[in-house]
Amino acid sequence: MIGLPHYILLSAVIFSIGVYGVLTRRNAIAVLMSVELMLNAVNINFVAANKFMNDAAAVGQLFSVFIIVVAAAEIAVGLALVISIYQQRKSVDLNDFNLLKW
Amino acid sequence: MFEFSAFSLYDAAFLAIGGVTILGALGVVLFRNIIYSALSLVFTMLGVAAIYFQLNAGFLGAIQILVYAGAISVLIIFAVMLLMDKDARRTNLPTPRTKAWFAGGTITMMMLASIIAAVGFTEWPKTALQGVDNSVGMLAELMLGDYVIAFEAAAILLLVAVIGAIILAKGVENR
Repeated sequence: MIGLPHYILLSAVIFSIGVYGVLTRRNAIAVLMSVELMLNAVNINFVAANKFMNDAAAVGQLFSVFIIVVAAAEIAVGLALVISIYQQRKSVDLNDFNLLKW
Repeated sequence: MFEFSAFSLYDAAFLAIGGVTILGALGVVLFRNIIYSALSLVFTMLGVAAIYFQLNAGFLGAIQILVYAGAISVLIIFAVMLLMDKDARRTNLPTPRTKAWFAGGTITMMMLASIIAAVGFTEWPKTALQGVDNSVGMLAELMLGDYVIAFEAAAILLLVAVIGAIILAKGVENR
């Protein structure tokens, strides 16, 4: 009964929740957490398609590993940026991040 | 046995894990205290790991638990603790502008509706495959074979990201 479309729907729901978080939160760390949700939704899609459409090779799982690596790098650099801006502005509110505007 | 035995234990497990994961994801974006959001994110990551285990990708599930539920969540919680300067119950508020909130919700619902429609209109293969048996060995052969350049690039990316994160957070001393 449960097949590939159900996994894709689950992944679409989690991805949409992540998009909603990115668009409506104003704490920078919350936005980074929502981006992590979106990356995880993509990973579910890769692994499910790997299992249900081509189970002779593990290429989908390999791409998921690379996405996890890139996500780890992204969250490390992103949090370092937020900490760096906080030292100047004393705020993590995205509305206060207007350093490049004049 | 029952006539409606098409509903197997596998399906029940998928529904339970998927429901828990979606609830965790909703908690990440709806809690007003960012510590609750971070703990909800850990919950979601564990749910995604359970889905990997269910999809016969045990190695990836182990990586997910180690990297996301272990390392990244600790990093996020440390950043939250370092940067929390006001009342904890008001740390993760939604945007105050109704227009922005409404636009975000509309874009999200439209995207979700179009994906659901696309999934509904597609013909899916009926066959149920078994999945990869020895995924660790196959991953190792792919990583050090066809995809070795991507593997090395990922290693360099991690090194650069670690050094960049240290420099960004600590600052460079001017001499």
